[in-house]
Amino acid sequence: MNIHEYQGKALFKQHGVKVVEGVHCTSVSAALDAYDQLQSKVVAVKSQIHAGGRGKGNLYSPESRDLVMEGGVKIAFSKEDVETYATNILGNVLVTKQTGDEGKVVNHLYVESGCDIAHEYYLALLVDREQKSVLVMASTEGGMDIEEVAEETPELLHKLNIDPNAGLLGYQIRDLGLALGLQGAAHKSFGKMLKALYSLFLMEDCAMVEINPLVRSSDDEMIALDAKVSFDENAEFRHKSWDDIRDLSEEEDVEIRAKETGLSYVKLDGNIGCLVNGAGLAMATMDVIKLYGGEPANFLDVGGGANEEQVKTAFSIILEDPNVKGVLVNIFGGIMRCDIIARGVIAATESLGLTVPLVVRLAGTNVDEGKAILAASTLNIHPADDLAEGAQKIVKLIGGDV
Amino acid sequence: MAIWIEEDAKVLVQGITGKQGMFHADKMVEYGTNIVGGCTPGKGGQTVELQGNSYPVWNSMFEAIETTDADATVIYVPPPFAAEAIMEAADAFDQIKGEGVVVCITEGIPTLDMVKAVAFVENRPGVRLIGPNCPGIITPGDGGGAKIGIMPGHIHAKGRIGIVSKSGTLTYEAVAQTMSIDEGQSTCVGIGGDPVNGTGFIECLAAFEADSQTEAIVMIGEIGGNAEQEAAAWAKENVTKPIVGFVAGATAPPGKRMGHAGAIISGGKGTAEEKFEAFEAAGIACARDPSELGAVLLESLKAAGLR
Repeated sequence: MNIHEYQGKALFKQHGVKVVEGVHCTSVSAALDAYDQLQSKVVAVKSQIHAGGRGKGNLYSPESRDLVMEGGVKIAFSKEDVETYATNILGNVLVTKQTGDEGKVVNHLYVESGCDIAHEYYLALLVDREQKSVLVMASTEGGMDIEEVAEETPELLHKLNIDPNAGLLGYQIRDLGLALGLQGAAHKSFGKMLKALYSLFLMEDCAMVEINPLVRSSDDEMIALDAKVSFDENAEFRHKSWDDIRDLSEEEDVEIRAKETGLSYVKLDGNIGCLVNGAGLAMATMDVIKLYGGEPANFLDVGGGANEEQVKTAFSIILEDPNVKGVLVNIFGGIMRCDIIARGVIAATESLGLTVPLVVRLAGTNVDEGKAILAASTLNIHPADDLAEGAQKIVKLIGGDV
Repeated sequence: MAIWIEEDAKVLVQGITGKQGMFHADKMVEYGTNIVGGCTPGKGGQTVELQGNSYPVWNSMFEAIETTDADATVIYVPPPFAAEAIMEAADAFDQIKGEGVVVCITEGIPTLDMVKAVAFVENRPGVRLIGPNCPGIITPGDGGGAKIGIMPGHIHAKGRIGIVSKSGTLTYEAVAQTMSIDEGQSTCVGIGGDPVNGTGFIECLAAFEADSQTEAIVMIGEIGGNAEQEAAAWAKENVTKPIVGFVAGATAPPGKRMGHAGAIISGGKGTAEEKFEAFEAAGIACARDPSELGAVLLESLKAAGLR
């Protein structure tokens, strides 16, 4: 789960990570008030969306798609500048390297005091899957695309793994600070910040905290000028406050609805809907559709113990997508019995008035009963014995070349 | 011989009085698994009925292992308590026997809980953790065997193919593929789809290589991380038995989590293509369609003079 920069910075402040003063706004008038309130000659006016590359992104009108302004993060030197930038940002669509061509509508602004920058750094904490621990990454090359730094000048990207039993150790902080060339007050300030960030990372169940840029001010203080924070969704049960900061407008509506009914759904661009049990098999089903010349319309995992109602919900979610020209059901029954799935499929197709071709592949527990139920129905359901046959059949039925 | 779990292994069930725990404990007994009881804190002294027989429940894993001399435990505890259940089991096995296998089925455990739990288990070298978010481990026997998890027992048969996979139902698919060419399985291990887990591919490959019953290996990966690439490189140097592989997620879009918490292409890394390439570079015979796994395995067996 991602949060906005302004929310991340509120968390930083709360945990003792130094940030500059800023105000979250949702209107131009609020942005102007924020300018007055901050009493800073120079302020940054920053678009708030859940995607990176905002500074280099462009703003477009949502209707005409005409270019409104270049750059989603602007430096304002006057109240007039703030007015211009806030007007150009709010309600318009920001397209960045990470949003895709459709971009995202900007509903939130962050107006932040300026700061004297001596140098820009990069700092991130994340879970290292291979080392099974929290990894700190830091670089003197702040404000840049960190993947490029890793690729082109890996010696400038410093890494340290934190032993979960020992925690973040003094020598690790010292060494990392020195590797970044920090001395005196700046080195001390960096150590304080890193400790605070690690404690925040654990307490808030973060998946990632990225600060790009982290800056050293002219008076040698380390300040987080950006905040990209994401949480581990599995820990939601112990963070009631996430409900309040979750921005649902940043998430796919249908994916949220699927999740509420215990389904895992991801929309794709193709035209063959898939309904599968198990995440691995669901991915494999998409892959095989593609292998035989089709394009999957979605990823959908109904889970291990789906009932008739969930199968019906799954169908209705798949069919909401107007691109869907056919559906492939692929179930390997374990705990889930094929006869129950077969009944669910029939009930769903009847009640939803399915008009597109449907191929059903059943295997595993009670497969013979399941197949018999499908065969006895008067509905136009095409059976398949294995995944390859199922994929080939559905591709052919929607008029594709296998 | 199979790997880690013998056909008659004595198995405990953590969370045995819960709905999931009881349901699957019953299925395990039905398959022939030697279940010796279970553990639910606060319900010690009770019994549960599985397939018409009574099984004891203990308050703690220390009590349960001391009394039963269990070899393994399987965890069906909800996510908020699962990491602690893993650590309790690991501590008890370590102190009482110096060894044991902990299988965690639970899906949805916070990642940082697993970071802690995995470090805890790694400090107890005799203890092996399988999972979490996995179907478990099964060693089919002659009529029955040890099924420790949620996989459908009836699709398996004892044989010489070792299977290791990140996925649940895709593992069943692989099992069915081995059966389609009249091959059974030595042991099937689901290592789970979470970003931070216990036993990995390399440990499974090493165990299958050392196991006399296993003559060939099926390895199923998915997008996310680079465990498959590392395992492939390791296998090239260390595994002499034929390996057949598949990777799920060739059509998955970058940056999207595909069901499993760990199944995500991040920063352009962890794609299926990368993993297939690593497999092929290591001499692993790949199927691009899981329905072809049987055919590819058959060819590999023939090439190795095993058919």
